[in-house]
Amino acid sequence: MSNPIRQAFQNLKRERRTALLTYTVAGDSSNKQSLEILKSISNYADILEVGVPHNTPVADGGQIQTSAYRAIQNGVKMNDVFKIVKNFKKSKYSKPVILMGYYNMIYQYGENNFLKNCKKSGVNGLIVVDLPWPENKIFSKKCKQSSINFIQLISPTTSKKRLKSIIKDSHDMIYYISMLSTTGGKLKVSPRKILINYNKIKKIDPKKNCVIGFGITEKTISKFKNTDGLVVGSQICKEITRSLNNRQNPVINVSKMVRKLRKKIS
Amino acid sequence: MKLKKGIPVIDQGNKFGFWGGKFGGNFVPETLKKPIEDLEILFNKLKKDKKFIKERDKYFKNWIGVPTRLIKLSNLTSHVGGAQIWSKVVSDANGGAHKIYNATVHCLLAKRSGKKVIIGDTGAGYAGKMLSMAAKKFGLKCKIFMGAKDIERQQPNVRAMKKNGADVIPVYSGSQTLVDAVSECMRYWVANCDTTAMCVGSTVGPAIFVRICGWSTSQISRELKAQLINEFGEVPKKLKLYNCVGGGSSSFGFWNEFMDYDKKQVEFIGVEAGGPAKSKRHAAPLTYGSKIGILHGAAQYVNQNNDGQIEETESISAGLDYPGISPLHCFLKDTKRARYTAASDEEALKAYQIVTKYENLRPSLEPSHAFSVAIKEAKKLSKDTIVVINSCGDAYKDKNILEKKLGKQYVKSN
Repeated sequence: MSNPIRQAFQNLKRERRTALLTYTVAGDSSNKQSLEILKSISNYADILEVGVPHNTPVADGGQIQTSAYRAIQNGVKMNDVFKIVKNFKKSKYSKPVILMGYYNMIYQYGENNFLKNCKKSGVNGLIVVDLPWPENKIFSKKCKQSSINFIQLISPTTSKKRLKSIIKDSHDMIYYISMLSTTGGKLKVSPRKILINYNKIKKIDPKKNCVIGFGITEKTISKFKNTDGLVVGSQICKEITRSLNNRQNPVINVSKMVRKLRKKIS
Repeated sequence: MKLKKGIPVIDQGNKFGFWGGKFGGNFVPETLKKPIEDLEILFNKLKKDKKFIKERDKYFKNWIGVPTRLIKLSNLTSHVGGAQIWSKVVSDANGGAHKIYNATVHCLLAKRSGKKVIIGDTGAGYAGKMLSMAAKKFGLKCKIFMGAKDIERQQPNVRAMKKNGADVIPVYSGSQTLVDAVSECMRYWVANCDTTAMCVGSTVGPAIFVRICGWSTSQISRELKAQLINEFGEVPKKLKLYNCVGGGSSSFGFWNEFMDYDKKQVEFIGVEAGGPAKSKRHAAPLTYGSKIGILHGAAQYVNQNNDGQIEETESISAGLDYPGISPLHCFLKDTKRARYTAASDEEALKAYQIVTKYENLRPSLEPSHAFSVAIKEAKKLSKDTIVVINSCGDAYKDKNILEKKLGKQYVKSN
């Protein structure tokens, strides 16, 4: 059977739709609630990125830091993250799940052990923020052998030469970072410029599915309608924080938001 | 794992920047790959460029005021009764600590690369103070990231930074100390690396920053070697070099020129911060056997839990209050070239009292850790053993803490 990530993109292309990817942190604000959020938003999102909280994140802005901090305060451990994914997959087996996090969490778990547990719990892909190419070559091969998509990141600073090599070594999906920013930054580059870079990637290998992340919100998302996929993370994390502060149910509020996001690119 | 002779330690990493095949590296977001590569190319070129070395030496001499003194602590030696105790007074350097070397070199590199802004992290405030001084000197705008807790406990340095025109940006995340300041500084660089240069304040971070810092602080041991030869006619047969270790910039610089000597002749002793005697928390990953992990772009021994979350540290000295340690020191530990131990908060304070009682020297809380171990060990050593302690910072910045812990008589007003 082909990887659910590839399958999802194939289905979307047939339906001429843009993929909506969401990012939420596992264990935010509790293990149970983060599972409920995943179940609920998966009605509108095509691929779910699940953040593995880490306490020295060098690429995350305030909103995701706050979510991760909450999760760690609540005592979430790596094994809980796997459990959350496993429980989610019980009801939504075909919905692709990507774990996103920092390499130390994988390193401490042991690469092989980590991948074994990814497979067992139903994780389909991995984004490791601080394991760039070519340092990730060996690990990404291991992922492939375990039928797990290793998702390469590309940024506006990636040189032409690197771009080609990274795309060549990528699996089904590539993540394009729209601008120089941590997560949650305001879009400071024009969508036109971002799309020029996006098209450069697509031109090198049209078969690779390229999603755009960073600075994608309810306000900006419709400007990128005709791409393979878009990731919304910080705005969702912010909504969880806002809901908690107002003593409202984050599950309901976040679902509403994701449904709106879906509509804007449908 | 082996230390090679005849090759500077900073150049002994492999093509991915790993010392001993496993310490260091570049665990960074994709966005930083290009600026790091650019900095590597620039640094590798300039460190071989005679004109650049001349320029560096000019600023080191005329502005930093090298060489700093090597002095014999005669009263302390007779009080302790054992080895001869000497100190390299690196706090003589402009600004009052060794951080000025790295800051100056980073500003010179920033100028060459055409950057207008330089950012840096700071714990004790010395790295920040020096970067703000150097930035002012070289006409660069400067932003310093500092944990909110450190801002409170190191006010004199904060005032100095502001006076030099730097923006001091308080960091409220996590433990609000150095580890969070470095994270926040790296995050700022991720978002602004097209216009901004980053200076990592110690021999930590992605491999290039470890190398630049080690190369800069090595000035200390170049001077020391010449001064020892001048004093004794040769490098002494029994020499012991004590230095505190937080990130590891001053100790690496204090030892580098002696790397190829047999450790029986020149022994390196690194003293980490053991934290309060009653607390389980510490900032001594080498002494207490922390596991290897990834922190701020580099693989190193680091205080962490089983899951890989970085643990909070505790130390009276903000400059040593860091959960990780330079990959260079991990390498020196595993190759057994250097020996590492720790001193507690209380031991450091006691050493400060002893040193200031017998000598006209005021080591800050960081080198007081090194003095503590050196004094203890010197007692048992022969009279022909030369003990040198790097007094790498001045206690002026610690006056609030010293006054609180020891009383007013231990604080001078300047």
